[in-house]
Amino acid sequence: MTMPAGGPGSVFSQIAHSATASFSEYLARTAPELLPGARGAVSGGVQVPAGAVPHATTIVAMTFAGGVLMAGDRRATMGNVIASRHIEKVFPADQYSVLGIAGTAGIALDVTRLFQVELEHYEKIEGTLLSLEGKANRLGAMIQGNLGLAMQGLAVVPLFAGYDTDRREGRLFSYDITGGRYEEQEHHSVGSGSVFARGSLKKLWKPNLDEAAVVRVAVEALYDAADDDSATGGPDAVRQVWPVVYTVNAAGARRIPEAELAATSEAVIASRTIAGREA
Amino acid sequence: MTQQFYVSPEQLMKDRADFARKGIARGRSVMVLSCREGIALVAENPSVSLHKVGEIYDRIAFAAVGKYNEFESLRQAGVRYADVRGYSYNRGDVTARGLASVYAQSLGAVFTADTKPFEVELAVAEVGTTPAQDHLYRLTFDGSIADEKGFVVMGGQADSLSESLRGSWQESMDFPEVIRTAVAALSGGGAGENPDPGARRLSPDLLEIAVLDRDPLSSRGNRRAFRRLPAAEVAAVLGTGED
Repeated sequence: MTMPAGGPGSVFSQIAHSATASFSEYLARTAPELLPGARGAVSGGVQVPAGAVPHATTIVAMTFAGGVLMAGDRRATMGNVIASRHIEKVFPADQYSVLGIAGTAGIALDVTRLFQVELEHYEKIEGTLLSLEGKANRLGAMIQGNLGLAMQGLAVVPLFAGYDTDRREGRLFSYDITGGRYEEQEHHSVGSGSVFARGSLKKLWKPNLDEAAVVRVAVEALYDAADDDSATGGPDAVRQVWPVVYTVNAAGARRIPEAELAATSEAVIASRTIAGREA
Repeated sequence: MTQQFYVSPEQLMKDRADFARKGIARGRSVMVLSCREGIALVAENPSVSLHKVGEIYDRIAFAAVGKYNEFESLRQAGVRYADVRGYSYNRGDVTARGLASVYAQSLGAVFTADTKPFEVELAVAEVGTTPAQDHLYRLTFDGSIADEKGFVVMGGQADSLSESLRGSWQESMDFPEVIRTAVAALSGGGAGENPDPGARRLSPDLLEIAVLDRDPLSSRGNRRAFRRLPAAEVAAVLGTGED
């Protein structure tokens, strides 16, 4: 009556099936109601109006000498209303990778939290870090899981960046709402202000910039995005609210301290004030 | 026709307990020690990949002796329990006490109901902001749970090792001191100036050592307190090659 050792229904396959190193797979099996958006699934193809829920906006990411940088502005909007001036949209995913989110803020924040636990869970169960490609694929699978909600107007579009410890370089990945994963070269941007940020990056970004220079490029790109996109917030010198910037290199992910960002942002504002250009 | 013989419940439980105890005593010892800098987990373990101590959550670690497949499945279950709890509530809501009571219940259920009890003994450690707030729980194969103060020794010659640690361990020690104390006890020699000449010498590659830092956020910029010490760092701590 015994099944062949590796066959379906054998003891081995039962054990292998239950022993998953993926936290989201485990949740889907044991507590699917905890997955992002699971409780809110609207039936009957109802469209959620664009101005009904907060939306996160522009994220820029770019490579630099020995690593990769990601930066996000601090604004969330609901239609024409500013929903938040302090929202953070760039997060460390683990020691060697960061994640930025654009789209429906509530679901995006849940996806981020799940992704962070996913990576940590794998590390604890397996005793080793997931490869950068592996992390990028897991994120794609999670975004694909949100496709139903995306079709109802609650899309989440992340940007993923990390340091590849095997190849010893920083790499960027962008996604579409179906979970499609695309590796980007040099730099990339997502969100409502991405078109303007991208134009800015094309002129300002150069290969092998150092960390300080690349932080400046990121702040400039976000400034340009905020200049032309009403949903993107520029550096706020009155409230002292600056973009969130993370760099990742061989030493790991590091959040650029507020003081450094204040100095860079004020320098950008000052140089543009001096230039006195109208458009 | 096979005939069922009557076995009294007392005899049944005693047999199971003896069986589990024998399995646990065969292995090598693991120590979990609280100190000024945090909690050190020291195990005698020749394998670099089959771990006896592991991370459960931000401030919680796990140590075990006994059968590897059994405690490894318990460790993974613990990680899943902690991650689900932290994900659905908040990271701060995951406590060693909650985890230890789930372990106690499952060990207890297996001990009474399954064909074979788990041949394992576990420790669940949670590092607090001061040594007084550290929690060390010892869980035995029958589901008993004990809240220990200071240190826990499991497996092998646990009783004699506890006795030797009671004389040498102090709460005010830092990590290198407490690790040296633990390794001296494991090696079978007393700690300090006059070690027993008959003592075995435990080289760093026979030791598995991890720590739970008391304040990982300010010392390493990480909320995860668990850190495995690489063999080179263990050698440096033990001063191997100097004497």
